[in-house]
Amino acid sequence: MKRTIAILSRVNCIHPIRRRICRCAMILLAGCLVLAAYDNRLTAEEPPQVRIASKAFTESVVLGEMLRALADSAGANAEHIAGLGGTQQAWTALVAGEIDIYPDYTGTITQEILAKLKLSNTTETRAALAKQGIVMSRPLGFNNTYVLGMPEALAQELDIRTISDLAAHPQLKLGFSSEFIDRADGWPGLRAAYRLPQKDVRGLNHDLAYRGIESGALEVTDMYQTDAEIEQYQLRALIDDRNYFPNYDAVLLYRNDLADKAPEALAAILQLEDQISAEQMRKLNAQVKLHNQTEARVAADFVRGNLGVAVRPVTDDSESSFQRIARSIWKHTLQHLFLTGMSLFSAIIVAIPLGIFCAKQKLFGQLILGTVGIVQTVPSLALFVFLIPLFGIGPVPAIIALFLYSLLGIVRNTYSGLHDIPQPLRESAAALGLPAMAQLRLIELPLAARSILAGIKTATVINVGTATLGGFIGAGGYGEPIFTGMRRGDTSMVLQGAIPAAVMALLAQGFFELAERRLVPKGLRLSPHE
Amino acid sequence: MLNLSGVSKSYGKKQVLAPTDLHVESGKITVLIGPSGCGKSTLLRLMIGLIAPDAGRIEFEGNDLSQADIESLRHKMGYVIQDGGLFPHLTAAQNVGLLARHLNRKEETVRARMTELAELTHFPVEGLDRYPVQLSGGQRQRVSLMRALMLDPDLLLLDEPLGALDPLIRTDLQVELREIFAALKKTVVLVTHDIGEAGFFGDRIILMREGNIIQSGTLDELVNQPADPFVTRFINAQRSPLAALSGGDR
Repeated sequence: MKRTIAILSRVNCIHPIRRRICRCAMILLAGCLVLAAYDNRLTAEEPPQVRIASKAFTESVVLGEMLRALADSAGANAEHIAGLGGTQQAWTALVAGEIDIYPDYTGTITQEILAKLKLSNTTETRAALAKQGIVMSRPLGFNNTYVLGMPEALAQELDIRTISDLAAHPQLKLGFSSEFIDRADGWPGLRAAYRLPQKDVRGLNHDLAYRGIESGALEVTDMYQTDAEIEQYQLRALIDDRNYFPNYDAVLLYRNDLADKAPEALAAILQLEDQISAEQMRKLNAQVKLHNQTEARVAADFVRGNLGVAVRPVTDDSESSFQRIARSIWKHTLQHLFLTGMSLFSAIIVAIPLGIFCAKQKLFGQLILGTVGIVQTVPSLALFVFLIPLFGIGPVPAIIALFLYSLLGIVRNTYSGLHDIPQPLRESAAALGLPAMAQLRLIELPLAARSILAGIKTATVINVGTATLGGFIGAGGYGEPIFTGMRRGDTSMVLQGAIPAAVMALLAQGFFELAERRLVPKGLRLSPHE
Repeated sequence: MLNLSGVSKSYGKKQVLAPTDLHVESGKITVLIGPSGCGKSTLLRLMIGLIAPDAGRIEFEGNDLSQADIESLRHKMGYVIQDGGLFPHLTAAQNVGLLARHLNRKEETVRARMTELAELTHFPVEGLDRYPVQLSGGQRQRVSLMRALMLDPDLLLLDEPLGALDPLIRTDLQVELREIFAALKKTVVLVTHDIGEAGFFGDRIILMREGNIIQSGTLDELVNQPADPFVTRFINAQRSPLAALSGGDR
C-alpha cells in the first residue's frame, strides 16, 4: 500500500500540497476498502439481525414474541422492542428502517396508516404499501375488530344489544382508548355513523379502561374482539348493526429488504400465516393478562405446541423471583440513569450559555425563550413521533426529547438569575474596570447561582419522571416495567418501575439541596448578623 | 484631569442632561448638587463611561472615553455608590482585592495595600473576612471606599456615598472622609443633595436643575452672588432645626 501511494504521488503530484491531498485521498480510499472488507466479513459470519417491534398492548407483544422466537429458531439475531408506542410510532419506525417487522391489522392499515388513499381492497393495499417498501403478509387467521362492550348486568337492565341502542341513553359514561378516540375509524366516525349523543367521552389507556369498567367509573368502552377481559369482566359485546367497523385481520408488516437480509428468518416467521384463530388468540391473551404468564413464555409455548418449532427455552422464569426482580430493577436503574444523565448533562451544557445569551441580547433572547417555551408544550408522545424518522428508536430519540424538555427550566432560570441582579451591583462591576467575561465569571454567575441551580433541580426532577416515557420507544428505563405492568395488569410490576423512579427523583432533589450548599456562595446564604 | 464639552444625554424624549461643558480640576473636590432628577448622577455615570453621551466629548487625562480602552481608564478611577455596591457573595477583603487579583497583582502587595487602606478608613481588620450582610452601613461604605482606592486611582467618583446612613454616623463619616481626601490629595467628584455636605466638602460646588448647570463656584459665591433666584431658594430650602426654636422661618 505504502509503495502504491509513493509511486502515485511521484507520478502524478509534483506540487507538495497537491501531493498531500493525493495522499489523503489514497489513505481514505484504502480505509474504505478495509472497512468494506471488514463489513463483508461481518455479514458473512454474523447471523442476520432482525429487529421486531410490537405496539403497546398485550396481543401485539405476544405476536412480537412469537416473531422473535421464530426468527431466533432460524438462526437470526432477533431483537424484540416490546410495546413501541402506538400505530404511529411503530409504522414510522418501520418506514425509517429502524425495525424490520411488526404485527398490525388490515383495518388499521386502510383506515389509519393509509387512510388518505381510501383503499378498498387487498390488492390496492399491497400496492400502496409496496410504494413505501413495505410488504404485508397473509392474514394470521383472526379478525380482531373493534367492538363496544359494557357490563352484562347493565346491558340487561337497559336492554342494550346493539350499538344503535346506545343512542337512547345519552347519560352513559363512555371511555375509550386514546387511539380509538383519535382514529378516523374510531369514535369520531362511529359517533357520526350511529348519531350517538354522548358528549362526555374520556380517553385513557386501553388496559386501564377495563379497570374503569370494573370500578363503575366507565360504562362503555372499546374492546378488541380477542381481549381476554371480555369474559373475565362479564362484558356484553354490542352488535355492530350498521357494519361500521371494517375487518381487522391480523397481518405482519415487514420491509421488503428483509427477504434478502434474512430469508430463513422470514420464512420461519411466515409460518404463522393462517395459524391463529380468534379463539386461540383470546386464550393466549388471557394467559398473560389473567394468569400472569410472561408474553415470552406464552408465545414460546404456542410456537412449540402449534407450529412444532423448537424454540430456545425462556430463561426468565427459571431464576428465583427475588433475584429476577433485583436484576431487572438494577438494569432499569442503569438505563434510566443513562437517559436522565445524558439528557440533563447536555441540557446544562447548552442551556446555561443560552440563558446567558438571552440575558445579554434582550431582543433575540426573547425569541429564544419563546422557542424553548414552545418546545415544552409539544406533547411527549408527539415529539417521539417527530423524532423517530430522524433518530430512530431506542435511547437516542428519548435522550433528545428529554434534552429538549430540560432546556426551558434551565434557560429561563439562568436568564432570570442574571436579569434580576440589581443594577447598582452590575454597574459597580463594570465601574471597577473588569472586562465583560470577568464580570460574568466573578460577579454575575455567582450571584445567579441559586436561580440557575434551582432551574437545574426542577429540570432534573421532571426529567426523571418524563424519562419513564422512554418505555414507549424502546429506550428502556423505569418506563419499561411500568408500561409492561400496565399491559399485563400486573400492579407489582408497575411498582417495580414507579417506586424506584420516585426514589430517584427524591434522591436527585436531595443531591441538589446538598449541591446548593457547595455551589451557592456563602455570602448569599447568610442572614444579617449571623 | 476630566473635561466634558457639549455632553448631552436623553432617554427617549426626556432630556436628562442638556449640552454641558465642565472641567474637573486636579486635586480639588468638586461637588455636584441639585434636586432629584437634575442630572447630577447621570453626569457622574457619564464620567466613568457607564453610559455613553448622545453628543459631545468626555476626556480623562487626555483620552477620549469613547475611543480609549475604557477598562484600563476605569482602573484609574474609583467609584463609590450609595450603600456601597459591594458584591454580596464576596467577603470585604475579596471585594477590596477583586480587581487587583484579577490583574494578577502580587498577593503580598494586595495584602499590604489592604492593611494600609483599612487603617486609612478606620475599618477593623477582623471585619475583612465578613460578608457585606454582616457589616453595618457605615462599615460597608468604608469597604466600598477601600475597594475604590485599591489601585490608587487618580480620580474618585462618589455618588451620594453617605446617603443611606443615619445622621450621627453620617456626620462622623463626613469628617473622616474629608480627612482622607485631604491626606490623599486626590481629585474627587462627589454627588449629593445635601447643601450642608456640599459646603463641607466642596472646593467647588456645581448646582444643577433639570439637566442644566445653574451655577458653579464656592459655597460663598453661591450664597452671596447667586446666579439665579433658584440658587438662593435651593440653599435656603434645607431648614436648620434651630430655626424652629427661634420662631423664625429662616
